Amino acid sequence: MERVWTLLSFGPEGWGDDIAKGVLLTVSLALATLPLGLAIGFFVALGKRSSDKTLRLAANIYTTIFRGLPELLTLFLVFYGAQIGLQQIVRLFNPDASIEINAFVAGMVALGAVFSSYASEVFLAAFRAIPQGQYEGGQAIGLSNPQTMRLIILPQLLRLALPGLSNLWLILLKDTALVSVIGLADILRQTGIAARVTKEAFLFFGIACLLYLVLAMLSSIVLGMIESWTKRHGVQR
Amino acid sequence: MSAETQAAVERPPVIKEGWTRARTIGVVLLTIWAALGLAVLGFMINAWDPDIFTRYAPRYLSGLWITVQLVVVSVFLGAILSVPIALGRTSKNKLIGALAYAYVYFFRGTPLLAQTFLVYYGLGSFRPELQAVGLWTFFREAWYCAVFAFTLNTAAYQAEILRGAIESVGKGQWEAAAALGLSRFQTARKIILPQALIVALRPYGNEIILMIKGSAIVAIITVYDLMGETRRAYARTFDFQTYIWAAIIYLGLVEVLRNAVDWIERRITKHLKR
Repeated sequence: MERVWTLLSFGPEGWGDDIAKGVLLTVSLALATLPLGLAIGFFVALGKRSSDKTLRLAANIYTTIFRGLPELLTLFLVFYGAQIGLQQIVRLFNPDASIEINAFVAGMVALGAVFSSYASEVFLAAFRAIPQGQYEGGQAIGLSNPQTMRLIILPQLLRLALPGLSNLWLILLKDTALVSVIGLADILRQTGIAARVTKEAFLFFGIACLLYLVLAMLSSIVLGMIESWTKRHGVQR
Repeated sequence: MSAETQAAVERPPVIKEGWTRARTIGVVLLTIWAALGLAVLGFMINAWDPDIFTRYAPRYLSGLWITVQLVVVSVFLGAILSVPIALGRTSKNKLIGALAYAYVYFFRGTPLLAQTFLVYYGLGSFRPELQAVGLWTFFREAWYCAVFAFTLNTAAYQAEILRGAIESVGKGQWEAAAALGLSRFQTARKIILPQALIVALRPYGNEIILMIKGSAIVAIITVYDLMGETRRAYARTFDFQTYIWAAIIYLGLVEVLRNAVDWIERRITKHLKR
C-alpha cells in the first residue's frame, strides 16, 4: 500500500503530476472540440431542414460519412491525410518545405467532425419539435428572420436539444482517449507510460478508468445545473 | 386609405421560387464534395498498384472477417449477459439494483479503449493468480481479451436497451396476461417481448454499429482486424490509399447494416401503420 501511494504522489518518485497533466489535456481537448462541433452541427442541421434539395444532400453526405467511419479511422485520416494533402500544396510553392500537423489540432478536427454529425441529428430533432406557429408568431410581431431565430427559436431549441447534447458531451469525453494513439499526452497515454515503467498496469489503467468516471460525474453535475437553468422560467410544453 | 399607407403595410413574405440563396450554398457545397470525391478517386487511380492490391486484398478480407467475428461474438455474448444485468437494474432488492447500476455506470462511463487496456495489460499484473486458476492462457491472447472487454462493455449498453424496452410496455399488458391465466414466463415470451422488440430494434441496431466502429481499437492491442491490417499495410507501403480502402469498407458495412435495420423496422411495424 505504501508503494501505491508513492507511485501516485506528486513528485519525482510518483506519477501524480504526469497524470494530472494528462487530465488537463483530455479536458482541454474536449472543451476545445465542443464549440467547433456545436457550430458545425448546428449549420449541418440547418442544411438538413432546408427546403432546397441540393443543400439537404450536401448535409446528408457529411453525416453519412462521419457517422459511418470508426472514430479511430477518422482520426488517422485527418492526421495522416491532412499531412499528405498540405504537404502537396506547400510543395507547389516551396519544394523543400515539410509540414507537420499538430496532433492536438488533428484530434480536435476529427473529434469535432464526429461530434458535429451526431449533434446535427440532435438539433434536427429539436427543430422538428418547435411548431411552425413559433416562426409565424415571430413574423407577426415584425421580427426579421435572424431575429426570430435568435430571440424565439434558439432559446427553445437549446432547451429541447440539451439532453441529447449532454449525451454527446459524455461520448466526446470518452472518445478523446483515442488521441493517445497519435501521441497526445492525455490521461490514457500518461497512465500507459506509467504502467509500462512501473509494471503496475492494473493499478494505472484502473486509475485511468476512475479518472474518466470522475470527469463523467462532474460533467453530469454541471450539465444538470445548465439544464435546470434553461428551465428556470418553468416553461412547459 | 391612401396609396402611401397601403404601401407601408407589411406583406407576408413572398415564398421565393427558383434560384434561392439556399440553393447557391447547396450547389457550392455539393461542388466541394464532388471535388473531394474526384480528388480521392484521382488519387486512388494515380496510386493504383496491382502488386499492392494482390498482396493486401486477401489480408483486408481476413481482417474484415476478424472484425465481423469479434462483433458477432461479443454482441451475442453481451446479449446473454445483459439479461441478468437488466433484471438486476429492475430488481426491488436495493443491493442488487445498486450493483447492477454500478456495473452499467462503470462500463458506460469509461472509454472502451481504457477498458480494453485494463483487461489486456492490466490483468497481466495478476499473472500468477490467473495461472493458478488456469485462466492465463485465455487472458494471454489479445483476441480473447478483446472479446472479453467488448462483451462486458456491450452487455452494459444492451442491458439498458433491454430495460428501457421492457419498461416501455405498459403495466396493463402484464395484468391482462395474468387475468388470462398466462404464467409470467409465457407473458414475457408471447406478449411483452414482441412489443419490446419493436422499441428495442433501433437501439440494438445502433449498438451493433457502435461495436463495429468501436472494434477498430483492437488494432492497438495487436489484433489484426480490418483496422489492424490497414495499419500494417500503411506501415509497410506508406501509401495513403490503404486508409481510404478501409474507410470505404467500414462505410459500406455500416450503411448496409443501417438500411437492414430500417427494412426490418418497416416490416415489423407494418400493423401499426395506417
